[in-house]
Amino acid sequence: MFKAILARVKQGHRTMRYPDGPIILPERFRGYPLLEAGACPPDCRLCADACPVGAISCAPKLSVDLGKCLFCPDCVEACPHGGISYSTDHRLAVNRREDLLVGAGDEQRLAQALQAKMLKLFGRSLKFRSVVAGGCNGCEADTNVLSTIGWDLGRFGIQFVASPRHADALWVTGPVTEHMREALLLTYEAIPAPKLVVACGACAINGGPFIGSPEVHDGVQDLLPVDLYIPGCPPHPATILDGLLRMLDKIK
Amino acid sequence: MNRKLCLLQNGTSVPRAAVPALSRDEFLDELLSALEQGWRAVSYFGVPEGVFLKLYCLLSSRGDATLGVMSTVVTTRIFPSLVAFAPQLHLFEREIAEQFGVVFEGHPWPKPVRFQNPVATPPGRKPELPERVGIMDFYRVEGSEVHEVAVGPVHAGIIEPGHFRFQCFGEEVLHLEISLGYQHRGIEQMLRGGPHPVTLKQMETVAGDTTVGHGLCYAMNVEALAGARVPARAHAIRGIASELERLANHTGDLGAISGDVGYLPTASFCGRIRGEFLNLTAELCGSRFGRGLLVPGGVNFDVSGELAAKIGQRLLVAREELANAVQLLWDTPSVMARLEGTGEVSEQTAAEIGLVGPAARASGLDRDTRRDHPYGIYSMSQIPVVTAKSGDVYARSLVRWLEIEKSLDFLQEQLAQLPGVAIQYPIGPLGPDRIAIALTEGWRGEICHVALSDERGRFAHYKICDPSFHNWTGLAMALRGAQISDFPLNNKSFNLSYCGVDL
Repeated sequence: MFKAILARVKQGHRTMRYPDGPIILPERFRGYPLLEAGACPPDCRLCADACPVGAISCAPKLSVDLGKCLFCPDCVEACPHGGISYSTDHRLAVNRREDLLVGAGDEQRLAQALQAKMLKLFGRSLKFRSVVAGGCNGCEADTNVLSTIGWDLGRFGIQFVASPRHADALWVTGPVTEHMREALLLTYEAIPAPKLVVACGACAINGGPFIGSPEVHDGVQDLLPVDLYIPGCPPHPATILDGLLRMLDKIK
Repeated sequence: MNRKLCLLQNGTSVPRAAVPALSRDEFLDELLSALEQGWRAVSYFGVPEGVFLKLYCLLSSRGDATLGVMSTVVTTRIFPSLVAFAPQLHLFEREIAEQFGVVFEGHPWPKPVRFQNPVATPPGRKPELPERVGIMDFYRVEGSEVHEVAVGPVHAGIIEPGHFRFQCFGEEVLHLEISLGYQHRGIEQMLRGGPHPVTLKQMETVAGDTTVGHGLCYAMNVEALAGARVPARAHAIRGIASELERLANHTGDLGAISGDVGYLPTASFCGRIRGEFLNLTAELCGSRFGRGLLVPGGVNFDVSGELAAKIGQRLLVAREELANAVQLLWDTPSVMARLEGTGEVSEQTAAEIGLVGPAARASGLDRDTRRDHPYGIYSMSQIPVVTAKSGDVYARSLVRWLEIEKSLDFLQEQLAQLPGVAIQYPIGPLGPDRIAIALTEGWRGEICHVALSDERGRFAHYKICDPSFHNWTGLAMALRGAQISDFPLNNKSFNLSYCGVDL
């Protein structure tokens, strides 16, 4: 017991101040894309051709679909003109699928707060039931991280619970394999209404690296109504938390 | 030793024609006699060749860092099972049966592995579609006081899906059967005709917590098929990323084991320190899981002297904090009472079922791919292998901690002496009609990828074997005679991959 107390003193208080304080991400972190269409020579498609999942379009203007993007370095390396790069801005989550399409010159779109009635219900207590529907354990790991002392998701009234009957919302990761489709839909049904759905990660949004496989459904969008899309492969915990806090109107 | 195998080394390729095609009986005799003489089955899989099915078996000899491969053509629907003599083959035979409709005569446990659609069907026969996932003939213990507990596919936490079926007598587990396949994404099928632009991303997400382990196997195979070289600096950076991956996961596991015995201080501390190792990986390449770091031919990101010093410094701090957190486990009698004697797997059982990685080493098996089949940086710089004796949850925890110490030593050594300048060499076209074999020691154990190229230098077949494929049986054995309430603790002490098996 004495040793545990000493260790506790040594380890210190380690919960980050975010969202009240800044969050410092590594220099090489790839967050919100920076698109400089002015740098692109006419008919250049180097970045679009380099993208392994077809997330980039060059016409009618340079744009990236953050729902498909794996945030890999391939496009940046392919572009010798500086037309595309990634900032360390971790704020990526949005409410609508179409808001994930980021075009050159567009204003950055962020997740909006729930409507007043839903906010009254869930603003101070939101319980999730997680279904892993073919995920690689990347999104799952970085969702789990939010419950560690560094992030302490519980301080915002958000928690992952062990039964859909105790939940207000469904947390989906993975591209929805055919083998998990039924379990996913049954879990959704078992959550009492009104309920929310979060699609966490490129797989759950649009299939991620498995897009087009006959064994998967390319994400949850054709199966369930989604209230929050969190891009990334996997999303950084800061991206996940930012999306959740915006949805619950805890960050303006 | 006069083996009929084609011998080769880890990370190399040979022409497909060099792999001996034995008759059925020769193949089976050779396989059994090799296993009897201490070889181990690394992979055993089928490849459709024309209208026939060809079985390839890959074996490992620890002593002389040699791998052996042989093949045989299956011309009949029935093929003899060797499982009664070599239990380590049991899941391999089930996989071949499921993918190609072969019936392994005498297999004691002929059940689905992933409930996947057949890869190929013998001529003249209709493809047999699988049952719905999870619907199979589970082993049952009869008796008026015996009851059955079914768990999953959806679990109580944020955990991958799988189904567990327990046969219990009171609290005592008589038998646990594990049924997987829910995560099946069709990865191997998508690789055919590759490499495709998305292939590397799929390899990084075979098991996303082992991005570097699987990504490296893939890169090694492409390099072996293309006859490409990798700069020394890239080898070192790959090693650094591999060990950071091991550190993050071992630390997370020690925290989770602590949490499952209800000891929260270490659980809390490790949960945070694990994040520090992930953050250091993100310093390397921008991704906490090492995504985007590896590329066939080298790595995408260099480590400057400044960055190396920064990582080294942060590792020193993390080491001190982690040592402090983990020491609490060994010093707390109520923790030790829960770890010791729980979920024992004897050395004999571990050897019979072919365990790999920390789970094998905790049962006294001295096997580690980094030493036994050295690759990349590990050919130059060895990491001592640690083992334990008792094969229980305590041993699996202790082995993890000792490996953490060794990895931290290795990292400081590498960060202080990064060689050369170049981090990437170009990759040419892949050689046609070759077979390449790559093994790495992921944090769960031996990962094996085998690539077969066709006459155009594209993938004709690609076979992945995650360490969990060997080790899930170990968890089932650990539960024999255990309390059902100890399942979560046992499960954490193995911490196996579902998606790595389901592919």
